[in-house]
Amino acid sequence: MTLLAPTRAGHPPPAPPAARSGRRRLLPYLLLLPGAAWLLIFFGVPLVQLASASLYDPSGSLSTGYAMTWAVGNYPDVLQAYWPQFLRSFGYAGLALVLALLLGYPLAYAIAQKAGRWKNLLLVCVVAPMFTSFLVRTLAWKTILSDNGALVGLLRDVHLLAPDGRLLATPFAVVLGLTYNFLPFLVLPLYASLERLDPRLLEAATDLYASPVQAFRRVTLPLSMPGLVAGTLLFFIPASGDYINAELLGTPNEYMIGNVIDSAFLVRLDYPQGAALSFLLMAAILAVVFGYLRRAGTEEVL
Amino acid sequence: MARETPAGDLRLANLTRRFGVFTAVDDLSLTIEQGSFFALLGASGCGKTTTLRMIGGLEEPTSGQVLLGDRDITRLRPYKRPVNTVFQSYALFPHLTIFENVAFGLRRRGIRSVDDEVTRMLSLVQLDGYGDRRPAQLSGGQQQRVALARALINRPQVLLLDEPLGALDLKLRRQMQIELKRIQTEVGITFVHVTHDQEEAMTMADTVAVMNAGRIEQLGPPADLYEFPATAFVANFLGQSNLLAGEATGAGGGDVAVTAHGTRFSVPAGRSRADHGPVHLGVRPEKLILVGSADQVPAGHQHVTGVVTDASYVGVSTQYLLRTGWGTELSVFAANSGTSTPVAVGSEAVAYWDPRHAFLLPRDAADTDRTSPVLDEPVGASS
Repeated sequence: MTLLAPTRAGHPPPAPPAARSGRRRLLPYLLLLPGAAWLLIFFGVPLVQLASASLYDPSGSLSTGYAMTWAVGNYPDVLQAYWPQFLRSFGYAGLALVLALLLGYPLAYAIAQKAGRWKNLLLVCVVAPMFTSFLVRTLAWKTILSDNGALVGLLRDVHLLAPDGRLLATPFAVVLGLTYNFLPFLVLPLYASLERLDPRLLEAATDLYASPVQAFRRVTLPLSMPGLVAGTLLFFIPASGDYINAELLGTPNEYMIGNVIDSAFLVRLDYPQGAALSFLLMAAILAVVFGYLRRAGTEEVL
Repeated sequence: MARETPAGDLRLANLTRRFGVFTAVDDLSLTIEQGSFFALLGASGCGKTTTLRMIGGLEEPTSGQVLLGDRDITRLRPYKRPVNTVFQSYALFPHLTIFENVAFGLRRRGIRSVDDEVTRMLSLVQLDGYGDRRPAQLSGGQQQRVALARALINRPQVLLLDEPLGALDLKLRRQMQIELKRIQTEVGITFVHVTHDQEEAMTMADTVAVMNAGRIEQLGPPADLYEFPATAFVANFLGQSNLLAGEATGAGGGDVAVTAHGTRFSVPAGRSRADHGPVHLGVRPEKLILVGSADQVPAGHQHVTGVVTDASYVGVSTQYLLRTGWGTELSVFAANSGTSTPVAVGSEAVAYWDPRHAFLLPRDAADTDRTSPVLDEPVGASS
């Protein structure tokens, strides 16, 4: 410091031109501008629009027009009317998540750690179904699970299914569809985490008296937590808001909250109700996610 | 669990490991005494790490046995062996604190109160107060010491060290070498240390085994290996040697007579590993003394004449290259003790040695002179 001081006094660094430094300070914000504008127009405005719609007079209609009456009562009303669908949504999504974890964790682990030169091919196989439309894939399951299909025939033959038993139009079909459709969202982040896992750490754990189960619990699992947390969120959030699977593979008895919102907007044309339901769903998901992140530790995701 | 097994030596019996057609470890048999510091020295790919991994249970031998005392542990799973490893990459658990890293082995064996032991171990490796940090917050040398503490805390019967100092810079490596030796003496556990650094092996180990192509070339105390190597490989892997191709013409009067490049030499019978047929006559560079002319050679010494082609001043010594009449360049190290006068490059000189410092090794008939590569060696100079 003392050595530097005279030098600095003798040769003051040239002050950068104010205009240039000002522009430089502005640059990050300028770069933010397009994205921010996009969000404002296509997310911010509709959100406000939806929020106000959820407070419209429920007695209005599309033809007579809606009056803004700050009808907060819309919220308890829809909750009372549709709480079973709410519960079902989270129940189905949760069940599908458990199934997807049972299938996806070993799958991601195998691809990341054991697949060797087949790694890329297997990854493509995981992603490949996404190349076709979500709708088409779900319709394909409708065919597979149909009453006249080979699968149902086989299950009836081996008496795993009663002679009049069916797969389609059951909660099973809906949960299966959810599991299938959102599995890649769970597998890919998990894979990314497990791929980074240094197998030498597992050797070290084994060397330090950890049985394979202990090595998994103490090393593999904690080190794959970031991927696990991200994957479960990416799976759970769209799965709980989904309505295609319940619509195509289920019956109104399996309808989830997404179906109710869908019909509120497109069939019953009850905008205040649809908007209120949408906001409730959003709030519920946010609550679930924050609760989850609190427990899992946010630092690993964010 | 580690404590109830009978104490004893570690024995490898006819241990072999093949990977496809490649034999990494070839019918290896050796005994490592309990409580000793044993170094497996070899170039990369010589099978030393594979040997270590078979002792640790991370690799299964194709055939042969690993015995600890009287117990055959060949097929024992690694987590059931009273053996721990310090890995080359350290392999510290990044998600655990230093404390938990060190406590890992104890916890896995169901030991509840680990605090005292971990604290004691951290102070043994001079990391008191680092318990709350994560491995990423430590320097390489500190991580290395955590890896050591993490293994030692389990009081294994055998501690395996897989090039643990490889990633450290020179100064730190020296420091850790002394440290490791100190700790080994303190805890009295058998250390099996794998390294490609001959100096590291020689400074620390009681016994050094030089491995080459899956086999042990020579095994013994470091000084024995250096002073009287068993093969040309050892002679040039452990330090440098000047090996002259010659023919031994039989023993007589306690000496073995050798003819090399038209000159007759002799080597004491006790330092000869062959007394007839093709041999290598070996002399270490520091055992050669460079003088200006043949009449300065003291009686009882032997010499070769040549031209000095290179002199590198390296501080403690000056390293000369002496081109002999038949074209081989010998290395000569002259200690800078202030007693010898420097020899100019290009001048004629004579290198002499005491026959008791020479050694005689059997040689493949096709093999010619072998000298160790030297820094700044002119192209095409070796043999």
